[in-house]
Amino acid sequence: MAKTITHAEAAEAFLKDADRTQWHDETLWHVRTKRDTAAQKLPEWEQLRENASKVKEYVLSHLDELLVTFEKNAKANGIEVLWAKDAAEHNQHVYEILQKHSVQNIVKSKSILTEECGLNHFLEDKGFDVVDTDLGERIIQFNKQVPSHIVMPAIHLKKKEIGDIFHTHLGTQQGADDPNYLTEAARNHLREKFINANAAITGVNFGIVESGGFVVCTNEGNADMGTHLADVHIACMGIEKLIPRKADLGVYLRLLARSATGQSITNYSSHFHRPRSGKKMYLILVDNGRTEQLGREHFRNSLKCIRCGACMNTCPIYRRSSGFSYNATVPGPIGSILSPGMDLKKHSTLPFASTLCGSCSDVCPVKINIHEQLYQWRQVVTEAGHDSAAKKWAMKIGGKVMGSPSLYDFLGKSARSALKLTPKKLVYSRVNTWGKSRDLPEPPKESFKEWYRKNRKP
Amino acid sequence: MKVALFVPCYVEQFYPEVGIATLELLEKYGVQVEYPLEQTCCGQPMANSGYQRFGDDASRVFMENFGDYEYVVAPSGSCTLHVKEHVLGESEVKVYELCEFLTDILKVEDVGVSFPFKVGIHASCHGLRGLRLAKSSEIVGDDFNKPRTLLEKVKDIQLVELQRKDECCGFGGTFAVSEEAISVRMGMDRLADHEDSGVEVITSADMSCLMHLQGLSKRNQHPVKIMHIAQILNGAKPS
Repeated sequence: MAKTITHAEAAEAFLKDADRTQWHDETLWHVRTKRDTAAQKLPEWEQLRENASKVKEYVLSHLDELLVTFEKNAKANGIEVLWAKDAAEHNQHVYEILQKHSVQNIVKSKSILTEECGLNHFLEDKGFDVVDTDLGERIIQFNKQVPSHIVMPAIHLKKKEIGDIFHTHLGTQQGADDPNYLTEAARNHLREKFINANAAITGVNFGIVESGGFVVCTNEGNADMGTHLADVHIACMGIEKLIPRKADLGVYLRLLARSATGQSITNYSSHFHRPRSGKKMYLILVDNGRTEQLGREHFRNSLKCIRCGACMNTCPIYRRSSGFSYNATVPGPIGSILSPGMDLKKHSTLPFASTLCGSCSDVCPVKINIHEQLYQWRQVVTEAGHDSAAKKWAMKIGGKVMGSPSLYDFLGKSARSALKLTPKKLVYSRVNTWGKSRDLPEPPKESFKEWYRKNRKP
Repeated sequence: MKVALFVPCYVEQFYPEVGIATLELLEKYGVQVEYPLEQTCCGQPMANSGYQRFGDDASRVFMENFGDYEYVVAPSGSCTLHVKEHVLGESEVKVYELCEFLTDILKVEDVGVSFPFKVGIHASCHGLRGLRLAKSSEIVGDDFNKPRTLLEKVKDIQLVELQRKDECCGFGGTFAVSEEAISVRMGMDRLADHEDSGVEVITSADMSCLMHLQGLSKRNQHPVKIMHIAQILNGAKPS
């Protein structure tokens, strides 16, 4: 099996293009500052975050009962509810629904869950035409890529690159990169896809237990366009997406768009309760590792996530390494605490792709303690042995030295002397990773302890 | 008042002047300072690398040295945070980072020193978001900043506003080595922000971030000077 590329290796490759790194960093930082401006306008922002976190805490603590009630209410509305324990079962459900209704053309609005389940590839392999209708998603679908960000899937591409992709796939003029012109081309292209679609697949942002309905948020209205025109609507929903009451929705809608893009609300918050007459509406409730995550004491709070992407925009590492460096469906800080639960070995370097600066936790609208969970995942990764033997030994020896004051004093003095005596060329040899681009501190003539013994302690 | 001084291992070995400044500063405010001689390290390098279990001996040594004191003060937000979160356990020892000890316990009003330079404050993340030494830019609420409050009392100082006032420098302990490329890039970006703002001296409540920034500025022969906040408050000048 091919060796999984580490986050550090992927980041280093991305960073080789210094200009693109700067552009990527500044683009996402701009979104973070828009978020700040929007949040600062609400004096009750911190109270909203607290409420959002508490409501989700209730949901996670009562998930079993709430799911059953939600299913009952949704069925009473006329929605057909299906359960999927994993990605394969989810995809199979979708496939059977499509077959049952003789669907050939499918339009999709954005759904990270279907990315997680690999639905597009699954359906394309079976000969379906699957069209992503979110503009960013359509761009990367043309470009045969996966989203590099959960809210702005094509944020890694520059205008000019998008112009080139559209020239190839939509026949726009070569070299044209005016956003209005390109958007118009995409709009015309997608209109035709909407009209010819037999089924619309959407994600779900919030499932409302008391009403048995659900809410889908988009900025482009593409979920509405798809579901209004097609005969069959399939909504795919992770089981953690519940909120108990309609009244709770305001808390999340106020937080979601402000955190994601700095808008006060997403352009379309579409409520779905029942199929229109003669049409079909399906809701697939997907577990795919969520129950397991719920059972992990240190990590269950990660299921509060409402997928706003704010932790990505704020993360100084994400901004300088791009979403692809995480090699996971959900990149960035939240992805780095979700993905290890899905495949610990594959994602073992992600919890280390952080300085534990804590910006992700402070920006999170549902107050997930992301950086503390990264710390906890690190412990899990090393205990499972998914770490280099060299580092393990270094840490073991380090621990022994720090556990012995006399050994610490002796080795400290030796290291300082060695550093003074060793020729610079040798100090900065290839094994000194610190010294590749940084100088080491000048070793002082005495340590603080030595000074203290002379100057304070008799 | 008696306090025990905790000098983080890398400060003890490589930056004795920071330990000395902290000690002298506390003494200047009438505090009786004791430095337990058998102290080593808080264990954070192991713990943040995923080997908290290998830091147990360091934690034990820490508690043997500091367990009987009422107050412990350290010139480091990061080590203080680690001790509070992972070492103290049920112990009632009160551990403070130097700046918060000066503002919250000693309630220092007059620092009596002058520092006629343009200074940029590097907000170390563990001090900022861990100990809440200041309001982070993500949080909505009343502004406060303990290190800045202290520096504002220094005569002739010019505190400079940055483009990104609390972005991480990229040190991150073993992250500096395991994610070397991005760590360096983050540090260079921080340096550029300070330098673009005309900063002559970068200061912080954490020497570890400064060691990283200093290593980069020296390698690239930048003129900017690096000083721990204790040194400025104790009347030192850039060398």
